[in-house]
Amino acid sequence: MASEISERPARSERPALAGTADNGLKIVVVGGFGVGKTTMVRSVSEIRPLNTEETMTKAGEAVDDLDGVRTKTATTVAFDFGRITLDAHNVLYLFGAPGQERFWFLWDRLFAGTLGAVVLVDTRRLADSWYAIDRLEHHGTPFVVACNDFGGPPHTEAQVREALDLPPEVPLIRCDARSRASSKTVLITLVEHLARLQKAPELTP
Amino acid sequence: MSRPGRDDSPDRLYTLTGGRSRSGSDAFDLVTLVVTESDPVPGMQSEHVAILRMCRFPTAVVEIAAELGLPVTVVRILLTDLHDTGRVSARHPRSAHRLPDPDILEQVLVGLRNL
Repeated sequence: MASEISERPARSERPALAGTADNGLKIVVVGGFGVGKTTMVRSVSEIRPLNTEETMTKAGEAVDDLDGVRTKTATTVAFDFGRITLDAHNVLYLFGAPGQERFWFLWDRLFAGTLGAVVLVDTRRLADSWYAIDRLEHHGTPFVVACNDFGGPPHTEAQVREALDLPPEVPLIRCDARSRASSKTVLITLVEHLARLQKAPELTP
Repeated sequence: MSRPGRDDSPDRLYTLTGGRSRSGSDAFDLVTLVVTESDPVPGMQSEHVAILRMCRFPTAVVEIAAELGLPVTVVRILLTDLHDTGRVSARHPRSAHRLPDPDILEQVLVGLRNL
């Protein structure tokens, strides 16, 4: 088994963090299949996005019984992530997470303590985002909505807001997930929103 | 998609963790940064060795999971072993609950703007 590990391709082109790094932070990008989550993570990440997974049994508790995996139905959720070193101490991890139903069973286990979320939407498929928005509200996770520009017919902000039933205090912005500057603006919009919520906690969903 | 770990049988995961399924605590967050405190020794489980090599610089739990190609749950159990024996230390996120303090948010904003 030792050889199995050493023979794995070196994924460690990953630059090491500074020895002083001591505070990991999380932001989650949620969205339907093909909406550009990984693209957004890639455009701002200092590492090539990595992929990992978490498993849980159907009972709803996170894997409480690996022994029984053969007899129980295990659900696996894969997600990818990137990394942004903010300063000598703070490292931001950006997670691209699928919005489908089974994923939300793992939310608390994986994303407790998340600063906030970006709901990435394709305005041609707005309904894909309803469930994610509902779940974020349920979990009390602050979020912004970013419309990834796929070049479709432009919708007005009011149209999108109405279609998503979005409260006025939730920021809604357009973005191009391929663009580093644009994705960076989305993240800044989220963190500014968080700072506002902190001053006015009654706005927290 | 094929990569180590992903399609492994539960038997392998069972062996890796000695049949345990809980890490004893939820101390290891996805973004807890793990740092090696002592070198691997002969006879050590290969995954433990890999973790100790990987964490010579701070490395998040989720990065370890991705590199080893193992589910996060399994990595948490492996890390608990190493932590309990003092081979790694853990730098836990400071704002694990609800809204972080204003200083952290400000630091995040400054960091993002400087990207």
